[in-house]
Amino acid sequence: MNKSSTSPPTADPNAVPVLEMRGITKRFPGVLANDNINLDLQRGEIHCLLGENGAGKSTLMNILYGLYQPNEGEILLNGKPTKITNPKDAIAHGIGMVHQHFMLVPTLTVTENVTLGLEENKGLFIDVKKPADRIRALSKQYGLDVDPDAYIKDLSVGMQQRVEIIKTLYRNAQILVLDEPTAVLTPQEVDDLFHTLSQLISQGKSIIFITHKLREVLKVARRITVLRQGRVVGATTPQEADSAKLASMMVGRSVMLKVDKDAAKPQAPVLSISDLRVLSERRTVAVNGVSFEVRAGEIVGIAGVEGNGQAELVEALTGLRHIEQGTVKIDSAVMPNESPDAVIEAGAAHIPEDRHKYGLVLSYPIRYNMVLSTFDKPPFTKGMSLDEGMITKNAKDLVKKFDVRTPSEETFAGSLSGGNQQKVVVAREFSRPIKLLIASQPTRGVDVGSIEFIHKQIVAQRDAGAAVLLISAELDEVMSLSDRILVMYKGKIVGQSEAATAKREDIGLLMMGTQKN
Amino acid sequence: MEFLSQLLDLNWISMLSQTLNTAVPIVLAALGGILAERSGVINIALEGIMLMAAYAAFAIGVVTGSTLLGLAGGVMAGALLAAFHALISIKYRTDQTISGTVLNIFAVGITAYLYRQFNMTESVETFQQWNVPILSDIPVIGEIFFQQQPLVYFTLLLVVIVQLALFRTTWGLRTRAIGEHPRAADTAGIKVNRMRYINVILSGALAGLGGAWLIAEAVGSFTPGMTTGRGFMGLAAMIFGNWTPVGSFLAALLFTVPGAIQVKLQLINAPIPYQFLGMLPYILTIIVLVGAVRRNKPPAAIGKPY
Ligand SMILES: Nc1ncnc2c1ncn2[C@@H]1O[C@H](COP(=O)(O)OP(=O)(O)OP(=O)(O)O)[C@@H](O)[C@H]1O
Ligand SMILES: [Mg+2]
Repeated sequence: MNKSSTSPPTADPNAVPVLEMRGITKRFPGVLANDNINLDLQRGEIHCLLGENGAGKSTLMNILYGLYQPNEGEILLNGKPTKITNPKDAIAHGIGMVHQHFMLVPTLTVTENVTLGLEENKGLFIDVKKPADRIRALSKQYGLDVDPDAYIKDLSVGMQQRVEIIKTLYRNAQILVLDEPTAVLTPQEVDDLFHTLSQLISQGKSIIFITHKLREVLKVARRITVLRQGRVVGATTPQEADSAKLASMMVGRSVMLKVDKDAAKPQAPVLSISDLRVLSERRTVAVNGVSFEVRAGEIVGIAGVEGNGQAELVEALTGLRHIEQGTVKIDSAVMPNESPDAVIEAGAAHIPEDRHKYGLVLSYPIRYNMVLSTFDKPPFTKGMSLDEGMITKNAKDLVKKFDVRTPSEETFAGSLSGGNQQKVVVAREFSRPIKLLIASQPTRGVDVGSIEFIHKQIVAQRDAGAAVLLISAELDEVMSLSDRILVMYKGKIVGQSEAATAKREDIGLLMMGTQKN
Repeated sequence: MEFLSQLLDLNWISMLSQTLNTAVPIVLAALGGILAERSGVINIALEGIMLMAAYAAFAIGVVTGSTLLGLAGGVMAGALLAAFHALISIKYRTDQTISGTVLNIFAVGITAYLYRQFNMTESVETFQQWNVPILSDIPVIGEIFFQQQPLVYFTLLLVVIVQLALFRTTWGLRTRAIGEHPRAADTAGIKVNRMRYINVILSGALAGLGGAWLIAEAVGSFTPGMTTGRGFMGLAAMIFGNWTPVGSFLAALLFTVPGAIQVKLQLINAPIPYQFLGMLPYILTIIVLVGAVRRNKPPAAIGKPY
């Protein structure tokens, strides 16, 4: 897709904007999430919203969608001041939103999810046939392939996102908000999404697009607005800006987009896996005879399109999933099956892929989340009870060191912004001496400044002698951070190379299951 | 030997008809539980609601001399108590299990107090058996299903209605959505808490009907604690039936079969202590539940205020 196709002539800068948010201010207890924000959206444009974790992007969009009420400011739709008090209002005014964390009911079908709130009746009962036909038509028109009768819980993340987009189109949304839509997509799915978006704007719809991936911003945006600490700190266009400039606008300093590290000095093996076989949730073979080693002082990266067994591999390594066959050794000690405690005991740390499911207790304050794996040992215990003073001090230090943006360490993990939740997990896992670090998608949903920081921390762990296993769907991340790269495809390791000599294209091909020549 | 031949002589058809009859309050409580829990609110107050409704049905029935008005009063009392449970668990976000437990204790106390205070010795005239024309003449089936009292028919009808409503109507779809993922429903423009109020109040009305059944159709007079765990058995039937009306109906039948057998065995002086026979339904409930709890899954957002 080239730039001109994303900026059709319909986007006339002098026209009345379809949306204008004026002087929006939103305060949460102890946080000024939005501070006098002005934002406008022209018909037929993609407007990218960029900003650090906690900058207030999701909050601003939730205000637009009626989920929060602003303390000050007004919203104008096609020049008319409009009050949006709840999502129903927003939908009625043609606003659709694809949330950072999907809003789909797993136990219902695609059709049921799409029609929820807009059901049509045939006699006493719900008509599912007519909506299903309309969903099929929409999915054909926009290349959003989904089966209307499938249950959400059986769909991949990429498909779920298509359902979310169809949901907004079904409601005739003219303004679409996409909050970090690409964080969980495969490269192929990202391309498909961009294709759909360009179709949408060519029909006169307007899109607000939030992402942390600067390359995507430069590719799809017509205009870019940057937020920092609740304020608009600048506006630019892809013609005027490049990645480095965007990054420094976001964080207010220059950011190293490349990882700066010395050559690895690998020592003895710490993690040894031989002939590992693991089943998936659906009892199919997810990891099929995988063997490799990670030595102290090196970072081994596993590249691969998501869903090729990486998640199951990590779960097996961390004791969260049953191992059918093969062994996992940490320092020559064989790990017992399904025992997360033994893995932690052996000196492993884990940054999980799904921070809501495994990484955090959202209804606990940050200070408890910071000691989830260590609270039962000194220094956090005093005799039989917890040493609350130590726990608080520990949290204070980590919040500072890892730059978690929060009003206090008493704040519930659930009310942190997405990226800051990730920083809490990283801070906790890095706060004790570790021999082995297993990092799954460690920078998913994290802003560039924090990516730089987390990458530095991972390299520091390596230099301090830890063995690091990195699993990431971001090829760039694997390429720049790893010392050695393994490629995983359909449950097997299909290729291996030294990072220094690896070529992006070759690895990309291996990830798709094809070999060069 | 004599015992065995007596056993074979028993009227098994009448025993099955009896099973259906005694399952009524359990089925109604289960339907009530389904409405509340599918929308995300735990309602273990059903037991207390039934007891309260039984007293209301009795008192109103005696005072007005109308069983039907008593029945209506029982339903209203159930709805009212449930509305209170809804208020404290939805608006004031109290732990729903605690709120339910408190209401259960409250119902036991207040009904015992009122019973002693007013000391009404009269009783309410119970509804008569009504045979469905033609259908009741079908051999076996007719005797089991169509020679019953009115509330039995009404309960069967309710099972079908709630089943269809839950899975085929707008209300049902929204109910299931808010019990699984209320925020998703909210973003789709659904008023989550308003729907929860409606569902919990309806759940109380259904359990209230179950409590009123004790007066209007079973015994006609009130004794303290007369629900004897039927509300809890309703909840067990709901779980075993995987939160579906038809499944819970079948589960309730399963729970009541031993009770009916017990009555028959007592009639023929079976050489088994009757206390043991009396325990059977509860033991069966526990055994069945242990299996069901591992297999069946409650709505995901259950017990969480929104
Ligand atoms: N419901 C809430 N209660 C209290 N504070 C909140 C709530 N929602 C957001 N915040 C705070 O408001 C600020 C802005 O959060 P927001 O989610 O808008 O950030 P964001 O720009 O979307 O970040 P990210 O890129 O990490 O998703 C953060 O400091 C966050 O902790
Ligand atoms: Mg966000």
